[in-house]
Amino acid sequence: MIKFFLMVNKQGQTRLSKYYEHVEINKRTLLETEVIKSCLSRSSEQCSFIEYKDFKLIYRQYAALFIVVGVNDTENEMAIYEFIHNFVEVLDDYFSRVHNVFNVMLITL
Amino acid sequence: MVASSSSLKLQDLIQEIREAKTQAQEREVIQKECAHIRASFRDGDPLHRHRQLAKLLYVHMLGYPAHFGQMECLKLIASPRFTDKRVGYLGAMLLLDERQDAHLLITNSIKNDLSQGIQAVQGLALCTLSATGSAEMCRDLATEVEKLLLQPSAYVRKKAVLTAVHMIRKVPELSNIFLPPCAQLLHEHHHGVLLGTITLITELCERSPAALKHFRKMVPQLVHILRTLVTTGYSTEHSISGVSDPFLQVQILRLLRILGRNHEESSETMNDLLAQVATNTDTSRNAGNAVLFETVLTIMDIRSAAGLRVLAVNILGRFLLNNDRNIRYVALTSLLRLVQSDHSAVQRHRPTVVECLREPDGSLSRRALELSLALVNSSNVRAMTQELQGFLESCPPDLQADCASGILLAAERFAPTKRWHIDTTLRVLMTAGTHVRDDAVANLTQLIGGAQELHAYSVRRLYSALAEDISQQPLVQVAAWCIGEYGDLLLEGSCEETEPLQVEEEEVLALLERVLQSHMSLPATRGYALTALMKLSTRLHGDNNRIRQVVSVYGSCLDVELQQRAVEYNTLFRKYDHMRAAILEKIPLVERGGSQADEEAKESKETAQLSEAAPVPTEPQASKLLDLLDLLDGPSGDAQHPPPLDPTPGGALIHLLNLPCAPPPPAPIPNLKVFEREGLQLNLSFVRPPGTPTLLLITVTATNTSGGDVTHFICQAAVPKSFQLQLQAPSGDTVPAQGGLPTTQLLRILNPKKAPLRLKLRLTYNHFGQSVQEIFEVNNLPVETWQ
Repeated sequence: MIKFFLMVNKQGQTRLSKYYEHVEINKRTLLETEVIKSCLSRSSEQCSFIEYKDFKLIYRQYAALFIVVGVNDTENEMAIYEFIHNFVEVLDDYFSRVHNVFNVMLITL
Repeated sequence: MVASSSSLKLQDLIQEIREAKTQAQEREVIQKECAHIRASFRDGDPLHRHRQLAKLLYVHMLGYPAHFGQMECLKLIASPRFTDKRVGYLGAMLLLDERQDAHLLITNSIKNDLSQGIQAVQGLALCTLSATGSAEMCRDLATEVEKLLLQPSAYVRKKAVLTAVHMIRKVPELSNIFLPPCAQLLHEHHHGVLLGTITLITELCERSPAALKHFRKMVPQLVHILRTLVTTGYSTEHSISGVSDPFLQVQILRLLRILGRNHEESSETMNDLLAQVATNTDTSRNAGNAVLFETVLTIMDIRSAAGLRVLAVNILGRFLLNNDRNIRYVALTSLLRLVQSDHSAVQRHRPTVVECLREPDGSLSRRALELSLALVNSSNVRAMTQELQGFLESCPPDLQADCASGILLAAERFAPTKRWHIDTTLRVLMTAGTHVRDDAVANLTQLIGGAQELHAYSVRRLYSALAEDISQQPLVQVAAWCIGEYGDLLLEGSCEETEPLQVEEEEVLALLERVLQSHMSLPATRGYALTALMKLSTRLHGDNNRIRQVVSVYGSCLDVELQQRAVEYNTLFRKYDHMRAAILEKIPLVERGGSQADEEAKESKETAQLSEAAPVPTEPQASKLLDLLDLLDGPSGDAQHPPPLDPTPGGALIHLLNLPCAPPPPAPIPNLKVFEREGLQLNLSFVRPPGTPTLLLITVTATNTSGGDVTHFICQAAVPKSFQLQLQAPSGDTVPAQGGLPTTQLLRILNPKKAPLRLKLRLTYNHFGQSVQEIFEVNNLPVETWQ
C-alpha cells in the first residue's frame, strides 16, 4: 500500500505531498527532510529503491525534481517505479504548458 | 477597496504572490488577501463565494492557516450550482478531514448528491467520500454507493468502486454489502473499472476468509481475463512500452497469489497461465520486468509445480545478470526469500550473487552479503570464505560487523579442518578485529587449546601477526594468551607448517611489554599480557629478572585489576617460588560453554589460596612498595592504593571460589598397594576423569617407614602396545626416612580400545648403601581402571 507521495526539488523543498495514512504535522516535516536527504545523497549509479525504517522508498529523478513514493513491503517495487512515470506522463499530457520541461525528462529515460 | 479585491481572480492573486520578492512581502500580500476573504465570508456574498474559497485553498497549499473557510465549504456544497459544488467539494477534501467537527455535516449533502443522477455531481461526491470518509459516514452511505456500482455510466462506476475500496478499508464489516456485485463487475471491459474491481476483491479477500473462499470460484474467470490481456495485440489505449496494461496485469497476478496460497486446486488452474506470462512478456523495458517480477512472486507463493518453480528461479537468475540495478536489487531480495525452500536451485546462481558483492551500491551489497552467507555450505565453504574475506577488506564499516560475524559463524559450522578454522578466524581478526562479537576471543582460545597438534603453528602465526600490529584488541588478546601458554613451543625452533622463525626470548618479552605500555590496549588486554608474562617466567629458560621488574612496576598501576594481579604475581616470585611452576602450568582444556569463566576461576582459586595464606605479608610488602615509591619520588596519590588492596583480594576472590568449577567426582576407585620392601612402600591411586572416558590417571606414592633415606629413586612403567603412557616428573628422587614427605609421580594412561590394563613397573634406588633394582607386574588391578 502506498503510504505517501512526495515531489521534492533539488534544494530540498517539498513541492507536493500527499499522505495516505495519518501522520502528525511536525512528524511530516521530519520525515520529509530525512527522505530527501537519503534520496539526494545517492548517485545515478545506485538503484532506485531505499529501505527507510519500515517503509521502502522508490524514487525517480526528473531533471531538478525528485518524485518519491513510500510503500510498505506488499508492493511490487518495479510496478511503482512504472507508476511514477505514468503519473508524470499524465501531468505532461494534461498541463501542456509543461510540455517542454517534461520533454527533456522523457528523453533522458 | 473591498470591491476591488472581491473581484480579484485567482490567477491574479497567484500572479501577485509570485511577484513578491521576499518571504515577508509574500506574507504581507497573503495576509491582506485573507482579511478580505474573511470579510467577504462574513458578508455572505453568494456569487463570489467560490472564487474566495479557491483563493483560500491556494493560500492553504502554500502552508498558511485556512480553517475559517470550513463552513463556507459546507455552504458551497449545498448550493445547486456546479461551479460552487466543485470548489466546495475540493475544499472539503483539503480542509475537512476526520478530526474537524464540521466533517459530519457534509454527510447529508453527499447523500443528496449521490442520488441526484447527474454524473459529474455524483462523481464529485464519490471522490470526496473516498478521500475523507469517516467510519460513520461510510456506514450511512454504503447502500447508496452499492447502488451506483451497477450504473450504466463507466465514469460513475469507476468512482463508486474506488469509494467501495475505501469503505472496506475503514469498515471491514461492510464486505457483505459489496460482495455480490463483484461477480458482475468482473465482466467489465473498461480497464479502469476492472482495475478497481480487482483491488476491491483483493481487499475483501485479505480481510475475510469467507470472502476468500467465495472468490476462489472465480479463479478461472481471472485466468481468462489475464490471458486475453497477454495474448491480444497492441492496443494504443492501454499499452505502456509494449506491454498492455501492466498495472492491471500486476494487480490480477497479486490477486491470483492471494487466492492460490495454500490451495491446490486454484494453483493448478493457474499453472499454465503463469508459465505463459513468464515466457511471453517482453523484458526489454521496465514495464515488462515489473510484470515478470510479480509473476515470479506469485509462483513462489502458491503451490506450484516443481518445473514452474525452477522457471521462477531461473528468471531471477537472469535478472541478476541484467545491467539495471533496480532489477538486480529486486532479484536479490526475492532469492533471499527463496533460499530456505529451494536451496539447491538458488545454489546454481551462487557465482552471480558473489559478483554482486562487488557492487558500489550500499543496498545491493548488503543484500548480496545476506544471500551469500545463506548460501554457504560444506562443499563451497573454502571458496565462499575467500570471497567474503575479500569483501570484508573493502566494505563500508556498517557492513563489517555483519560480515565478520557471518564468516565466523560459517567457519564454525562448516570448517573442513581445524587449521583452516584457525587461519580463517585469524584473518578475520586481523582485518576487522574491532567489529567482531565479544565471544570471538573466547571461541578462538578454546579452538586453539583443543587442537594440540596445532599449538606450535598457531603460536607462531599469532606472534608474527602481533609483531606487525598491536592495535586490533581481540587479536592482541588471543595472541597474548597463546604466547603465554605455548611460549616454549615458539622458541623451540622449526615448525613444518610455517616458515622457520627464529625468535629470541628477549624479543618475545619486548613485544609483550610493548602491548602493556601501548595506549591503544584496553585494560582487559593489559591483563592478558601481564598474565602471559608471568606464564613465560616458567616456560622460558633465561632468568626472570626482566619479568620480575615489569611485574613489580605494575604493582603500583592505577588500574585496580592490573595492580591486584601484579601484586599477586610479585608475591609468587618472592614467597612461593616453589609453587610457581605448578600454578603456571598449561591450562587443561575446559568444556565449551563454561570456558573463560572457569579458566579464570581456576587460576584465581590457586592465587586465592596464596593470598589467603598471606594477608599479613601484603601489608609489609605494600609498605615496602611505598618506600620504593618514596625513593622514586612517585605521586603521593599512590599512597592511597596499597592499603585498600589488602581487604579486597581475599574477599573478592573468595566469592569467586563459589563458582562451580568441576563436576562432582565419580565414586573413587580403591587404592592399591603394589610393592613393599624394607619399609619402602609403593601405593597406586587411580582417577578416571569424567570428561575423558579413555583416560586413566595413576598417582604412584612412595613412602618410607624405615630408618634410612631412599635416594636416587627412579620409577619407570611399561604398558601393552594398544595403550599410550605418559610419565610426569616425580616430585623428588629422595624418599626421606621415618614417614617423611612421600614422593609422588603421575602416570597418564590412554586406553582407546578399552582393553584390560596391564602395567609393569621398574624401580631403581639406593637404600641402606645398596643399589636396588626391582621389576614386577602389577596384578589385581581393579576393573574400573579400564572399563
